[in-house]
Amino acid sequence: MLSNGDWLALWVSIQLAFVTVLLLLLICTPLAWVMARRRWPGQALLEATLALPLVLPPSVLGFYLLLLLGPNGPGGWIGDLAGLRSLAFSFPGLVIGSVVYSLPFVLQPLKNAIANLEEDQLAMAAVCGAGPLDRFCSLVFPQARLGYLSAAMLGFAHTLGEFGVVLMIGGSLPGETRVASVALYEHVEAGDYANAHRLALVLLVASLLMLWGLFRWQRQRTSGSWL
Amino acid sequence: MRPLIGLLLLALSAWANADRIQIAVAANFAEPLREIVAQYRQLHPDIDIALTVASTGKLAAQIRHGAPYDLFLAADSRRPRELAREGLGLPDSVRSYARGLLVLWSPQSDLMLDPDMLRSGAIQPVALANPRTAPYGLAARFVLDDLAVPDSVPLVQAENVGQSYHFAHSGAAAAAFVAYSQVREQGGSLWLIPEARYPAIIQQAIQLIDSPEVSGFYQFLFSDEGRAIIINHGYQVTDAE
Repeated sequence: MLSNGDWLALWVSIQLAFVTVLLLLLICTPLAWVMARRRWPGQALLEATLALPLVLPPSVLGFYLLLLLGPNGPGGWIGDLAGLRSLAFSFPGLVIGSVVYSLPFVLQPLKNAIANLEEDQLAMAAVCGAGPLDRFCSLVFPQARLGYLSAAMLGFAHTLGEFGVVLMIGGSLPGETRVASVALYEHVEAGDYANAHRLALVLLVASLLMLWGLFRWQRQRTSGSWL
Repeated sequence: MRPLIGLLLLALSAWANADRIQIAVAANFAEPLREIVAQYRQLHPDIDIALTVASTGKLAAQIRHGAPYDLFLAADSRRPRELAREGLGLPDSVRSYARGLLVLWSPQSDLMLDPDMLRSGAIQPVALANPRTAPYGLAARFVLDDLAVPDSVPLVQAENVGQSYHFAHSGAAAAAFVAYSQVREQGGSLWLIPEARYPAIIQQAIQLIDSPEVSGFYQFLFSDEGRAIIINHGYQVTDAE
């Protein structure tokens, strides 16, 4: 049904979303922790900075990211280490862009989940001598797992739907930076509406299924006793 | 109540201002057109002119879907003719206004940009506009094929020549295929590609709306003053018509 090029674009999108979510869960767990459970000077400023991708146009992010990722910015020497001229127009560059762009969508649900942890249990576990890792694995994660699932799904869906940033820093390289949304945009621009329709339908159905699955799962979990 | 209605009518009439000319222009020609518009407005200060800049293919697609442009300055002859055939403009208004030149450009000075350098991959990635929608990108594709530049040389695709230029200017791409008019005063290194290596870029325009204001400006584009600006920006003008 889809052309090989479109399948490839879809595959790049899925890989990008997967890697981005994995990184974001790792980054956002400690971030959410210090934000939800500590008070310190400068916190509001950091929270505002991390929420910026919610309000900034993707073109602003894309404009700065291109400078940062290019050979004249830090992306140049990081790329050098990996044997690339720069991180712009590369898959790792897109991952960095997506991590920045989707961060608030992962951070927010985690923050809420961590803020609602059972204080008494945590304190008791600490008193009984459970180490931090043990406490995280046996108490925090099970209690916050709904938050983790929401965070992962939102981050995944948001990265899959990413368009503006990729358009500005990607360069539309097949199999590398041409994601599904950009491939669709190019079909429309070129007047190839048959392929545009097919790809758009696939994206629509896939996104709907993903969100439907999330909401169904949430309903089951919150109505049943899962703690 | 009455003043309120008056205000509303005033706002509506301003919105539906017949004196406003909306021009869709291919990215390479945005700069010269701005200058032509500025010149024209000195003669006709009451006429408001707004530009929309994008790739030729994108603008043509917008026009097919009813975008309210009065005039379309494309970077090729294909789109204006197609639109005329589809009955979307005044068929007799299709005219060539400029002939564009393709260059390979890098912001880095004292580079010897030539076919060998391009083939060797010494400069990479190289940016070009999307060949499917941008005539300058299509011309660049011809050049790459004609020179047999191997697939191992990484290419970066931009939306239009404006973004192609931006990719190189920001340093993110090492060099870019752009229009000569964009970089003729920019310094850096430049290779003016021999015109035999790609099909001529004949830029044509089509008038989409039949109104005296639009016709007035359209004619100005072909006046001596208009042509002087076009030539001054590094285009050739064809003297047919």
